[in-house]
Parts: sequence; structure tokens; C-alpha cells
Amino acid sequence: MAEMQFREALRAAMVEEMERDDTIFLMGEEVAEYDGAYKVSEGMLAQFGAKRVIDTPISENGFAGLGIGAALNGLRPIVEFMTWNFSFVAIDQLINNAAKIRYMSGGQFKVPIVFRGPNGAAGQLAATHNTSTESIYATFPGLKVVAPSNPDDAKGLLKSAIRDDDPVIFLESEVMFGWKGDVSEEKNYLIPIGKARIARQGDAVTIVGHSKSYWVAMKTAEMLAEDGIEAEVIDPRTIRPLDIDTILESIRKTNRCVIIDESNPFASISSEMTYQIQERAFDYLDAPIMRITAKDTPAPYAKNLMEYYMPSAQDAYDACRKVMYVD
Amino acid sequence: MAIPVEMPKMSDTMEEGVLVAWLVDEGAAVAAGDIIAQVETDKATMDLEVYDDGVLLKKVIGEGDAVPIGALIAVLGDKGEDVSDLLERYSAGAASRDTSAAENVGVASGNGQDSLPALAPVAGDGSRVKASPLAKKLAQEHGLDLTRMRGSGPEGRIVKRDIELAMGGVQVPAQTQAPAPLVREPEREKSAAPAATRVPTPAPYQPTAFSDADQPGETVRISQMRKAIARRLAQSKFTAPHFYLTIDVDMDRAVAARARVNAIAEKEGSERISFNDIITKACAVALRSHPAVNASYLEDQGEIRYHKSIHVAVAVAIDEGLITPVIRHADRKGLSEIGAETRMLAQKARDRRLQPEEFEGSTFTTSNLGMFGIEEFTAIINPPEACILAIGAIRDEAIVRDGQVVAGKRMKLTMSCDHRVVDGATGSRFLETLRKYLEEPLNLLL
Repeated sequence: MAEMQFREALRAAMVEEMERDDTIFLMGEEVAEYDGAYKVSEGMLAQFGAKRVIDTPISENGFAGLGIGAALNGLRPIVEFMTWNFSFVAIDQLINNAAKIRYMSGGQFKVPIVFRGPNGAAGQLAATHNTSTESIYATFPGLKVVAPSNPDDAKGLLKSAIRDDDPVIFLESEVMFGWKGDVSEEKNYLIPIGKARIARQGDAVTIVGHSKSYWVAMKTAEMLAEDGIEAEVIDPRTIRPLDIDTILESIRKTNRCVIIDESNPFASISSEMTYQIQERAFDYLDAPIMRITAKDTPAPYAKNLMEYYMPSAQDAYDACRKVMYVD
Repeated sequence: MAIPVEMPKMSDTMEEGVLVAWLVDEGAAVAAGDIIAQVETDKATMDLEVYDDGVLLKKVIGEGDAVPIGALIAVLGDKGEDVSDLLERYSAGAASRDTSAAENVGVASGNGQDSLPALAPVAGDGSRVKASPLAKKLAQEHGLDLTRMRGSGPEGRIVKRDIELAMGGVQVPAQTQAPAPLVREPEREKSAAPAATRVPTPAPYQPTAFSDADQPGETVRISQMRKAIARRLAQSKFTAPHFYLTIDVDMDRAVAARARVNAIAEKEGSERISFNDIITKACAVALRSHPAVNASYLEDQGEIRYHKSIHVAVAVAIDEGLITPVIRHADRKGLSEIGAETRMLAQKARDRRLQPEEFEGSTFTTSNLGMFGIEEFTAIINPPEACILAIGAIRDEAIVRDGQVVAGKRMKLTMSCDHRVVDGATGSRFLETLRKYLEEPLNLLL
């Protein structure tokens, strides 16, 4: 194990995989000469050269399509979006090509590609730079959606994503790039896509949070622990496939659930989880499932409004007490 | 502002009230404290008072109508005021006695989704039980009647902890797999106690400086056990058509037999036996030849079940109420074994340490008040059993035997029978057999 920043763990995953397999290459805006907008790809141009670490113009639709074409022809591209907000320009490529070609060709073609970059809100970046996109991409069959919460998971899951034969939407967080954690140095460190992690054991309430929301969940659990309430925290790690079984098992034990999700609430991942839980564990619920999400508006710019907009541990704490009928 | 007048709760047991007569006409002015109507409850006819000044704008229900507690009876307000909104709210069933509480509930509120509408509260018309899915499932598993429970959740929602409370504080296990219904209705069994047997301990009298004859007595919250007893016995008494058969038994030989057995027991230092043990054994053996009495009427399933095993329950009075520990396969056990087991279970019952398997699953129950000098009484059937035997005191009596008046020992047994299962002749034949065993206890050895 070595202590690494989140960005270093992502880089380690890419470097190790690119050393192992020379069909893998990275492209995106400022990934090469500038060493990455967030320094995730720092040093990679020097190590792998301009044929494998490629700067692209500001043309998401173009380079996403180029990546898909390369993947169809036997290469394994990693495409970095400077932020997932910009992927909307390329959404036709992601949805109509990457997600569907394998199905529409009856399995004759596969698209082994990873699209990655920062997702969701990161401080005062205002409405067009703050979208949490997991529910958008997760809605399309054919795409896998992964959202790690810590450096170790980031490495293990990105390596799995790169080796996956299907297109993977890999969601990082700008806020977390500098966060540190112990990371496995194992060259074949693969965390399977589709397996949630029980981050904290407890029997009073189940709190589900992925990516940055995982940390809100842990904070909430600590606040509850001060009241003598032991919450179970589950980090789904992958949005699709969703490891609903692990979540259900926990809820059958705790009988209540609070979901923390940075997305806007309507038709979000938390909506989907809520539906699946009630469908499969209805008889185990002692309270309505509550979710703590971003407010149902575009993200504001002002700092105080942004704080209000984002899901907070205090809100989650209140929700947990409410579903436990404590207050 | 329009003011609703709702059906008040006028007695503890009141569920609905009948409006007997209106005393005020629509359009008349009323003042707080005025009597506007007479309402008949389950107990009495009472005056319906208003608490506000205003004009009686609308009589919502007519004379002779019965409505549940909380239903709208009339509307007060200012003259000419439009009350259609209020009427609509009530007819939609959305208005509860505490509308503000109703509005405060809703899944989405307070969790950072203010722009999403909160879920509408469930209509509070009183006909629907609000319970969490888990509470419903647990109630079904444990045979609890949710309509008789109070919920501690928002808007009176019955939640898991209420079920746990009803189960006597036991933690309902949070199962990860679908649990098999292993524990069959322990609540019912616990409550399934025979008739009003125990002499209640009077509440200690506490004189006060200003003792007043009209002072209300002490009230205590109904314990869960008492509640369960009340519910189960009421259900038994009101659904099972009881009839009663009384028989007088010559106990001379039983008294002599017991004296001999206990003399030996004393010498050997082994367990003594009681009359109750003899009767338990005699019932068990008699049940063997009368399977129709060892039965249950299962209306829901459309079945009568004739039990293969004979499990005789013995009613035990404890401080909190009554409980019926079970002597399993009593027909196959010896007298001293029955005696020892009964005393062990009775002690556990008094210590509140009985396990569900020790008080559930009986097929026949006996209740003995002989020790209180009660000559005879009737007991309420312990559902879903078919019969219960009420045992009176053994008394000295002048008996005519062979034309001579002699002293003898007699005991009255009264069996309550559920006529849906057991007919008079069936019950009588069982009692005849039982008497044969008691009058010649040697037969019990056969």
C-alpha cells in the first residue's frame, strides 16, 4: 500500500494498464502538453509519447466519436472529458454509438472504451459546470457507470474499467482529486464493477452514498454515533450495474434507508434505488425511504447558496432520525 | 371563519355516536357552552356542546345518523359565510383532527428538496390502519391486530417499535431471510387465558387531606398483557358461541388416592401431587377418547382441526394478568411428572420467564379457582381451543348413598364449549369419561 492522492491513483491505474497493453491510449483536452487540466495525466506524455497521450481540440463530439471508432477497430481508448458537463456535446456519440453498437450489431462489434473526468459539483463553478451526470448515463443500457469514492477504489475500478470490453462512464470528482488514501500497489489490483462496499457496520439505519456523497454519509454516521445510533454505510461504487443486493441485505437488517446523492432529485439514481428497494424489500421497510440530494434547481454560484444547494450531513442526519422515528 | 364541530369522544369505549336530536336550527346564533344536539354513545345519551360563538351554518348529519369520532357534525361561522371548502375537505377525508400535523408529514419535506411536493398524507378517515410495511408484516406473523394498536410514528403510523411493545418489549428480530412462521401467534397464546379468575388487588388507598367521595379513582395505563387478554377474551366470548355443562364429581377416591401418593412421596422425598395435577392427567386421558373435544374451529381456513397431540394448558394467575403454560403430551406423562412440570412452569410464569413454546400450542385448558373456595364458575374459552374446564373447590357434602345420608367429597366441573365445534352431547360424553377417571383414579393407571 502507498499513500496516494485520488489523481495519482487514477494515473497509476492508467500508467500500469498502458504499460501492460499498448493498445491503450489516452486522449482529451490538455491531457498531454499541459499534463492534464487537473494533473491526472501528469508525466504521461513524457512516458508514452504523443501517439498514446493525445491532446485534442475543444471538440467533444469529435474526439468521443474518434475514440469509439478506435475502440471498434481494436484499440482501447481512454477519453478524458475536462468535466462531464462537457460530455453533453458528445452525448449522441455516447448514447447512440458507444452504448448501442454491441447490441445493434448482434455482438459482432464491441466498444472497449473508458470515458472519464470530473463529475458533479465542485465549489463555485455555477450551473453549467456542476451537473451530476450519473443518472443520465445510467439510464442507457450498454453503458457501465462507475463512481469511486476514494483513491484505492479509483485505482482498482479504473483498471477494471480499462479492461472491460464495454464502454464505461467513469465519474471522478474535482473536489476529491487531491484527497489522499492508501492505495494498493498490486499490478493486477482489480475491483470488480458491480460490487458495493459496506463501509461501516451498523443496524439502526442504512445510509447509501456514492462518490463524494459517501463522505457525507460517513460524516452523518459519525454524528449519529454520538447519539448512540449505529448507522450502516454502503458505498455502491458502481451505479450501473448497481449492487442492489448488498443494499437490500442491509435494509432487511435496519428496516430503514437514507440515500445521499448529489444529483438533482428528479429521476435520479436515488429515485432508482428507492424504487428497487421498495420493490424488493417492501415488507422490511419501517419508514419511507428518504433521500438527500442537490436541490431541484440548476446549481447556484454564490457560496452560501451553493452550500444550501448541496446535500449536507446535517440534512442526512435529520433524515436518519426521522426515519428512525427518533424526533 | 368556518369552525367545524366534530363528533367528540365521549367515553373511553366510544367509537361512534348517533345524533339523536338537533336542539338548534340552522341559522341560529350559538355561544360557547351552548348545547346544540344530543348524542347517543355506547353508554348514554349526552349533550353536544359547542366551544365557539357563531352561527350554526350547516347541520351536516341528520337525526338518527351514526358517525365515527372526528367526523363532521356541523359547521359554525359568520352569517352567510361560504363553508363549501370546509365540507369538501371533510368529505375528501383529508382533514384529521390535527390538520397541521397532517401537513407536516411527507417524505420529502425537510430533506433539501423543498421544491418537490411532499407526499400527501393518507386520508385520516379512521377506517384505514396506518402502519409501516414492516409493522404490517410483523403483525401478521405474530397474529397481532393492528386495528387495535396505537402507532407512535407520524400521524399515528404503527411502526416496528410499536409491535415490539405489543409483544411485551421483545426485540423483534430483523430477519435477513424470509422467516418461517416458527412462532405461531405467541401474543394470542399469552393472552389466551380463561375467564375472569383472579381477584384483582385493590389499588392502595391513599388518603389525602381533602379526601372527597367524588374524586376520580386512580387510573393506570392498560398494560400490553391486559390489553391482549381483553382483546383475545372478548374475541373468544363474542365469536365463539359458548355453552356450559356442569357436572358434580365424587372426589372421595381421588382425595384418598392423593393422600396415599403424597404420603409415599413424603417418605421418599419426591414431588407431591395436587388435585390439579390429577385433574390435568384425567382431562388428558379423557381427551384421548374424545378427539372431538381436542379440536379447534378455524373459520378462516373453513376447517375444524382435530389435534393429534394432547397439550393441556393450566391457567396461572400472575400479577400482570393470566397466562396459560402448557403441559405437552399430558396424556403420556405420569402424575408426578405433570406435577413437577406444572409447578416449574407456574414459577417461570410468575417470574415472567416463560418462553413462547411453553405457553403456546395448547389444545385444551383448565382453570382452577377451587383454592379460593369458588364452588363453580364458567370460564371463557382459550381460543382457538374448543373447550375450557372450570374447576371448583372440593367440598364436604352430605350425600345420599344407598338410601343413607353420608359425608362425602364433591367437586363441580363446568366445561365451556364452543358450539361451533362441540355439541352438547359431545361435551357431556367427555365429562362423563372425565368423571369416571376422577371417581376411580386407578383407571388413570391403565
